Amino acid sequence: MLRKSILILFSWLLVNSLAHAILTIEITSGSEGAQPIAIVPFQWVGKGTRPASLKNIIAADLQRSGQFSPLPNKDLISQPHQGTEVKYKTWRALNVGYLVVGKIQVMADDSYQIQFQLLDVFKGRQLAGYSIRSLNSGLRRTAHHISDIIYKTITGEEGAFNTHISYITVTKDKQNKKRYQLAIADADGYNEKIIYSSSQPLMSPSWSPDGTRLAYVSFLNGRPEIYVQNIFSAKKEKLVSFKGLNNAPRWSPDGKHLALTLSKDGNPEIYIMNINSRKLTRITRSYAIDTEPEWLPGGKGLIFTSDRGGSPQLYEVKLNRNKPIGRAQRLTFEGNYNSRASVSNDGRYIAMVHRTQGKFRIAVLERETKHFNVLTNGNLDESPSFAPNGRMIIYATEEKFRGILSVVSVDGRARQRLSFKQGDVREPVWSPYKINK
Amino acid sequence: MIKLMRYFIVLSVVVTLAGCNLGPLKKRGGKSADTTTEIQDEKNKYTDKEDSTAKFSSGESMDVSSLNDPNSPLSQRVLYFDLDSSQIKDEDREVVTVHAEFLAAHSDITIVLEGHADERGSREYNIALGEKRAKTVKQLMTLQGVAENQIQVISFGEERPVALGHDASAWNLNRRVEILYTGY
Repeated sequence: MLRKSILILFSWLLVNSLAHAILTIEITSGSEGAQPIAIVPFQWVGKGTRPASLKNIIAADLQRSGQFSPLPNKDLISQPHQGTEVKYKTWRALNVGYLVVGKIQVMADDSYQIQFQLLDVFKGRQLAGYSIRSLNSGLRRTAHHISDIIYKTITGEEGAFNTHISYITVTKDKQNKKRYQLAIADADGYNEKIIYSSSQPLMSPSWSPDGTRLAYVSFLNGRPEIYVQNIFSAKKEKLVSFKGLNNAPRWSPDGKHLALTLSKDGNPEIYIMNINSRKLTRITRSYAIDTEPEWLPGGKGLIFTSDRGGSPQLYEVKLNRNKPIGRAQRLTFEGNYNSRASVSNDGRYIAMVHRTQGKFRIAVLERETKHFNVLTNGNLDESPSFAPNGRMIIYATEEKFRGILSVVSVDGRARQRLSFKQGDVREPVWSPYKINK
Repeated sequence: MIKLMRYFIVLSVVVTLAGCNLGPLKKRGGKSADTTTEIQDEKNKYTDKEDSTAKFSSGESMDVSSLNDPNSPLSQRVLYFDLDSSQIKDEDREVVTVHAEFLAAHSDITIVLEGHADERGSREYNIALGEKRAKTVKQLMTLQGVAENQIQVISFGEERPVALGHDASAWNLNRRVEILYTGY
């Protein structure tokens, strides 16, 4: 595998006062077979300071998908800003399939007009051309939107760049006490917003399918309980507080239920709770640990972790109207530790934490072919979560004993690190496509 | 000659079987999957005065002041576990027993068993594993006469490590159950 190590620093970009984290994006692994694409830095038309580099944001997005290999600036033979200025022949000589050109114009009200064109170098024609109005504060969002347009035009699939992630951070306050924070950020880690902060541990955030709420576990009362919080109003509510464990909430695809782990009847079992009526349906019955439920598309089943066979492995139970049908079937057989499933939206892939030679890594099982692939190479990789388009997986890893986040493409070809200047970052979960405010 | 051979074979089978029977007796106090036998063994240790391996006197005879006595066996309040395991280690069974005897004799005293895991593996599984460890300790205590309502179980999984390192020695200290006396 082709290995690259390109360090791009964006430290000047943090306009948002809430974003204290200074982010470094490092492309830790380039990709063989990815399509070369040339993105020319956008022309700046206007006075004043030049805002965020759209080119850098778009290039990092496309690289992260594993399907594109953006050319470094030094390899750009010329810097055209619109289609009519492009000499296709010279770009063909570079063997670059696609070219992106554009400009940013400052308007009278200090907003920006952004024009861009995606060009097919070999056919010598335009594939897409857009003009987008953006506020300064929304410029990064606009860049992700452009990445999605480019991605969809070329691959035919939805991009997932203009989405969000939620995660837990742990920092130390002035008294050197730990603060646990529930955060939301853009999918590339920028524009972090803390939506809840606590002196007690927080765990296991899960997005509602409409992207307006998060369910999570809080130890506020000295033991694990499940809360639901609206991400816009920050209003929160304690939803589940039985004796014992109240853990591992996962929102159902229909948005009306939570799958969760309760130990109120003895040992950890999987239940489904109707959020409105609070009615519980018990899904598993075993003397072993059953936890970490994850929904299959359409609510047709649950995948969960169980040590009923002696070591933690993934199992699947089919559901009919949230009631279990038949016995749970074991899904994983590679090694003696497979846990915490994340299923792609189309149900094709299951990502998990897999132990191999004492190291914990992210692996993917393709359900149909049973093909099993270890994607990462860290020591303590955990908490995989699929992008809504099923092409990328965000996960928690560590570096110099500090928790950071990384994104890996589902084929394992590209890995990109999103790291934060301070504190530990853990348990990332990718949002659905749209956050409906 | 053939007859003699047959006798010899039968004899050797008998000897082998006898050898097998002797096996577990020799291994007394060693690893065994059978928990009830182990507990029986432990009880025998305390009743058998000639058994020098019993370190502790019975928790039954201790009064409440023993809880604050650093020389009392009750001062030992952390049990450590092997990787992926919720089995109480042989050397910790005495510790559990002395606490159980003390609690059984003082039904007004309550404890919290706090289960923990090391940082490896998934967080939710570790919460469940921490609970399983604490519940194994609870079960051993209730089998020895402690009332259910004297013991509360809480798991923090890997969220509250006691050792902050990221190596085997830190992990060994973090896979634990803490015995916390309420109000002491």
